[in-house]
Amino acid sequence: MAEPFLIGSNMTGGYGKGADILHGCTIGVEAGKIAVIVGPNGAGKSTAMKAVFGMLTLRSGHVKIDGEDITALSPQDRVAKGMGFVPQTSNIFTSMTVEENLEMGAFLRRDDIRGTMEQVYDLFPILRDKRRQAAGELSGGQRQQVAVGRALMTQPKVLMLDEPTAGVSPIVMDELFDRIIEVARAGITILMVEQNARQALEIADVGYVLVQGANAHTGSGADLLANPEVRRTFLGG
Amino acid sequence: MDFLNAIVAFANFVFVPGLAYGAQLALGALGVTLIYGILRFSNFAHGDTMAFGTMATILVTWLLQSWGVSFGVLPTALLALPFGVAATALVVLGTDRAVYRFYRKQKAAPVILVIVSMGVMFVMNGIVRFIIGVEDIGFADGERFLISARTFKEMTGLDEGLAIRTTTVITLVTAAIAVALLFWFLNKTRTGKSMRAFSDNEDLALLSGISPERVVAVTWIIVAALATTAGVLYGLDKSFKAFTYFQLLLPIFAAAIVGGLGNPLGAIAGGFVIAFSEVTVTYAWKKVLGYVLPDSLAPDSLVQLLSTDYKFAVSFALLILVLLFKPTGLFKGQSV
Repeated sequence: MAEPFLIGSNMTGGYGKGADILHGCTIGVEAGKIAVIVGPNGAGKSTAMKAVFGMLTLRSGHVKIDGEDITALSPQDRVAKGMGFVPQTSNIFTSMTVEENLEMGAFLRRDDIRGTMEQVYDLFPILRDKRRQAAGELSGGQRQQVAVGRALMTQPKVLMLDEPTAGVSPIVMDELFDRIIEVARAGITILMVEQNARQALEIADVGYVLVQGANAHTGSGADLLANPEVRRTFLGG
Repeated sequence: MDFLNAIVAFANFVFVPGLAYGAQLALGALGVTLIYGILRFSNFAHGDTMAFGTMATILVTWLLQSWGVSFGVLPTALLALPFGVAATALVVLGTDRAVYRFYRKQKAAPVILVIVSMGVMFVMNGIVRFIIGVEDIGFADGERFLISARTFKEMTGLDEGLAIRTTTVITLVTAAIAVALLFWFLNKTRTGKSMRAFSDNEDLALLSGISPERVVAVTWIIVAALATTAGVLYGLDKSFKAFTYFQLLLPIFAAAIVGGLGNPLGAIAGGFVIAFSEVTVTYAWKKVLGYVLPDSLAPDSLVQLLSTDYKFAVSFALLILVLLFKPTGLFKGQSV
């Protein structure tokens, strides 16, 4: 099997000079596929993703995108390399309008961004109606859409989502998952951390179950859902 | 007729001066609020930045006057203003390079930056006094009045005169232009929007590729322009004295906080709230009341709530009231 499009291999490290949170953790995803990281609280799910995005210093391990080693790059430089990141909280500019949020997402681009903006509005039609409204006045689900839209404005090759459905209602959650599948169909690779493990694994091409900062189980979403041990220890029967 | 006289007296002694003072405070408070929103600390050196800018402008004004250059009916200082702004921009950018950047790199707590800005304040304070002295300096030239009190009385036949001073009109027009330019810049340009984004959510701005050093530099330049303009307008309207500008820090901070720190619209509203409170509380209402009330009720005393010497108490009291009951200010700002 060829090396995945994006891979963080054998990552060990933690925040700043603190203790290690990840212990030889490997996360990879093929181009155009959806990878989901699940696991119990405190397993280091978000940390693993932040490690891939360069937000913590790795003591060992490598991060590669499209075969290029980007371990030493800062998060900002990784954005320029085609990675889009949607943080879990404070992921929008609340005092700015929806359209300004999208413009700021495209800050690094010097070309015409209107086409991309139209694509985002096609993906999230509600944002088109609310484009002149301050993003902070929107509902939770709409704010997540703004956050994803902002990250899409750089036309990333990989979109990384940190718990995109945290704090939204089940109906909105299904809707968001549908949109994420749509983004993946457009050829954008997706790496996401999810608290709602069952639903997330249903849409995942590959799933990673982390326990205490290390890989516990890896497999296709369907395999993991069928795996009795994963079901028993983690999905609750 | 008496009622008209009362209105004219009120306009002449309270409304028009309050409007001019409010515009000057608003420009000062805009600078404070921008620094707070983007560099995230209260800049105590702001009053002395205004003093420095005004000093630079006065020096250029004198130079222009010595060359025989004048601006007709308008004060020569307006011609010198762009040079004053440029000099101040260089000084604050240099200060940022030499002082603030060091603490920014350390991610120092805002309270440390406040103390650092006090240090900068004392240094600037000294430099200004060293160069131009501590005396009162009047530098307004050109036509003094648009309408003098006497002309007004002759025109209207009223007992009370309404003097419209050139500097008042210049203050209001210049302030309006400056504010319009600032809001256009913040809301319509790419750089301006990136400044608002940076102020709103620093981490996300970094993720979006907005360069913090560039945002900070642009902020300092704008602050230099606002501070110098505010200082020159205040100096034209009254006079320049280093100590007075240092004292202006209190009403300016009160204006920014009353309006809501970090919110530009709030800074403008706050400027006028503070100015009008100060003027109305320290004005002797005897004359106005004398016109309005029947003779039997006419006051004997001056009906001045507070002597003008205590005018800073007004901004201080308002500041404390706002901090106690509405810490985010009248407009949604950040709490201190």
